[in-house]
Amino acid sequence: MSPLAGFLLVAALLFSIGLAGALTRRNAILVLIGIELMLNAANLNFIAFWRYGPHPEALTGMMFAIFSIAVAAAEAAVGLGLVIAIYRHAHTADLDQMNRMKG
Amino acid sequence: MSFVFYVLAALTIAGGLAAVLLRNLVHCALAVTVAFAGLALLFLDLDAQFAGFAQILVYIGAVAILVVFAILLTRSSETPKDGGVFSRTWLVGLAVAAAVFAMLGWAVLETAPRLPQSAPVPVVTVQQIGQALIGRYVLPLEIVALLLTAAMIGAVIVAIHEKEEAK
Repeated sequence: MSPLAGFLLVAALLFSIGLAGALTRRNAILVLIGIELMLNAANLNFIAFWRYGPHPEALTGMMFAIFSIAVAAAEAAVGLGLVIAIYRHAHTADLDQMNRMKG
Repeated sequence: MSFVFYVLAALTIAGGLAAVLLRNLVHCALAVTVAFAGLALLFLDLDAQFAGFAQILVYIGAVAILVVFAILLTRSSETPKDGGVFSRTWLVGLAVAAAVFAMLGWAVLETAPRLPQSAPVPVVTVQQIGQALIGRYVLPLEIVALLLTAAMIGAVIVAIHEKEEAK
């Protein structure tokens, strides 16, 4: 197996773990952690394809991963701010109990 | 495939699994930090030094701290008394995740023989990355700067403590 396939398999496994966490956990913060794991798995794919691609000197995959890290940081800040706001409103971070759209 | 790769992959996957499976949310935050560190080391293993150190700075330095703050502010470290930590529909979620992994794994293994076996180590200096950032990628850089400013202000406004109804 080529090294690239190994990295892609690790990224696929990490993505699936993150997806399972986002879909099965009850706590909103754990859902955000799962989403972060999925974003990181995508970043690993970008870097792996950049490393084994035909033109690494063009830096395309590396730049995409760096911008993706920046966007993920913004997403984490806003997502955790939303969790705190919802906790203050509903006094729980349990997603199974947040079953109303009306405030 | 080197020994280093297997060790780092096992560390990352173990961190991710522990983050999803553990009951105590503080332990989950620590486990996800281990997974972020493993990913940063995998980036270094792929000769992407700048991305690896950016990953350490942003994820271990900022995102992990934010997660711990959110856990402590919402008192989520106490595990719920009724039922477990998993949702009622956990079986559906697990099935969806398993199906996604089966499809991704099949796609990777199907194309594995046609993937390049090795590539020369790319020599990328930080100077080249900086010149690319202010040259070809200057517009995305400015947009990310705007996005980070907007996200910071937005997060503060969303999470700000609302006073009682103004008279």
